[in-house]
Amino acid sequence: MTTTAPPARATRPRSTPQRRRQARQGWLYALPTTLFVALLFFAPLLLVFQMSASDWPLLSGNQGLNFPENYTDAVTNRFFMDSVWFTLLYTVLTTVILLALSLGLAMLVQESSRWKGFLRTSFLVPSALGLASASLLFYVLYSPFAGPFADLMQAWGFTFLGTPEGALWSTIFLIVWRFAGFYMLLMLVGLQGISEDVYEAARIDGASRFQIFRSITLPLLRPTLALTTVLCVTGSLLAFEQFYILTKGGPDNSTITVVQLIYNIAFQGQNDLGVAAALSVIVLAALVVVNIVQIRAFARKED
Amino acid sequence: MAIDTESRSDHTRAIVTGDASARPNHHERPRSIGGVLVRMPFWLLTGALALIFLYPLIWTAVSSVSPHAGTNQVDGWGLGNYVTLANYQAGIWVYLFNSLFVSLLTVLLTLVVSLLGGYAFARFDFPGKNVLFLSTLAILMVPYATLLIPLYVLLNAVGLSNSLVGVALVLTMFQLPFATFMMRISFEAIPREMDEAAMVDGCSTWRALWTVLVPAVKPGLITVGLFAFLAAWNDFIAPLILITDTNRMTLPLAVSNLRVQVQGVVDYGATEAGVVVLALPCILLFLILQRHYVRGFMSGAFKG
Repeated sequence: MTTTAPPARATRPRSTPQRRRQARQGWLYALPTTLFVALLFFAPLLLVFQMSASDWPLLSGNQGLNFPENYTDAVTNRFFMDSVWFTLLYTVLTTVILLALSLGLAMLVQESSRWKGFLRTSFLVPSALGLASASLLFYVLYSPFAGPFADLMQAWGFTFLGTPEGALWSTIFLIVWRFAGFYMLLMLVGLQGISEDVYEAARIDGASRFQIFRSITLPLLRPTLALTTVLCVTGSLLAFEQFYILTKGGPDNSTITVVQLIYNIAFQGQNDLGVAAALSVIVLAALVVVNIVQIRAFARKED
Repeated sequence: MAIDTESRSDHTRAIVTGDASARPNHHERPRSIGGVLVRMPFWLLTGALALIFLYPLIWTAVSSVSPHAGTNQVDGWGLGNYVTLANYQAGIWVYLFNSLFVSLLTVLLTLVVSLLGGYAFARFDFPGKNVLFLSTLAILMVPYATLLIPLYVLLNAVGLSNSLVGVALVLTMFQLPFATFMMRISFEAIPREMDEAAMVDGCSTWRALWTVLVPAVKPGLITVGLFAFLAAWNDFIAPLILITDTNRMTLPLAVSNLRVQVQGVVDYGATEAGVVVLALPCILLFLILQRHYVRGFMSGAFKG
């Protein structure tokens, strides 16, 4: 039987018919993955670079080179700086609040009991909703006409989405509601990786709860904190649906995120795919830099 | 001390399985009056927290069938808002069908591609294997919106503009990093002796995959399928950009558009009904398959 040698355990790099069959079969099984990655990932990734250097209106397609005008057009767009600042502000606020809260929730429900199981499920249920569904839900909830706070809003004269600050904080609340359970689950996975012996030793040494949290839980949770920070920062920098549905960028264009600007330039009015692609490349580059910085920062502290 | 350590591993398993109620709790406070009083603030605080998370869902479900202003359900309880929703433009059945079609096709494609890919990565040696695997994971690093504009151009070029199949292909691609990773570790968790034994009996790798391995990686397949369904059913950006024909819109897009009907008046009631229709399948699936959902987090697939 040819299969008595264990497959895929290459001891020596030699080319036998059997190894060649191995490789051929492996490639065949991996072929669908290869096709998807090549045609739907690498091809558009290359195309976005080409588009960013081309004059490319939405309806008429490629009209030839337009470099570096697309990039200068992108950064001189009148909403560019505002959208960058807004996106950064939103990202910092969301990340800090979401991670602090989800760590708190995780520590609250860490042990097992019927009640804590119920709490875990309650916190997690919103994570099953789509971001668009959750945004639509809060669109009604925040409504001054049909929402549960409509009467209160009338009596006290406030709105959720009517002012720039209100719109920002209302959206952050929606995002925290939608994602807290998701990040809590990641935190729980991290917390259970910390051995009970370490806590026990600290308790014997007479450490207080706060001391244990600061000198044991937080340092040992660093890989989890790194992962959740990277995920949360990336997700927030790319925010789109929540603002598209809740605020449409308003009031007074105060809540336009970078991705929403890309969408507007490409499909709303300006219809300029070249400039939108240039902005996409800028976002892609910024994201790579931000992620490298974050990973470096977390890795250095570990030494 | 020993009891503490033991219960700790119980917690671990409770998180793994997402099944806390199955685990008896041997060291919670004794059920005396004093114990209950001591725990009161804790229960109040956590109860309030749970309420904050559940209230928006419950309020929406209740108010979608109860009378209130700004909706089509003015007199008494009833399904007026759902009637509006059902008759919106092409009709809710069209949008439901579109959403189901995209979701099920995405699930099917994701399962097939990641099953075969995971098998290849876990069991075979072939040139370019690591490059291909890392390339698949690299999809995670590239922002969604960055790829959608060139994908819009590419799909137009191959005649898949305005096509639900095109949307499913794009959504499948975005599922591949998680799905491939998940299936690879699922296969790697199975002892090689299992498929080797099957092959000694004369099975081809293909037959060994379907008869021996697929049953063994079924939990991984359920997790992958669940994540793919939730992502596809709920996706908003891909259909927003790739679909312009109103008859081919998916449900999230239709509900988002139906908010503003005539003369800029928002139909809040129909929106609530739409949110319920959108959310209900997800919440039910989540509650039924909670442990498979949690497994997705345990796998380390999010560490990319």
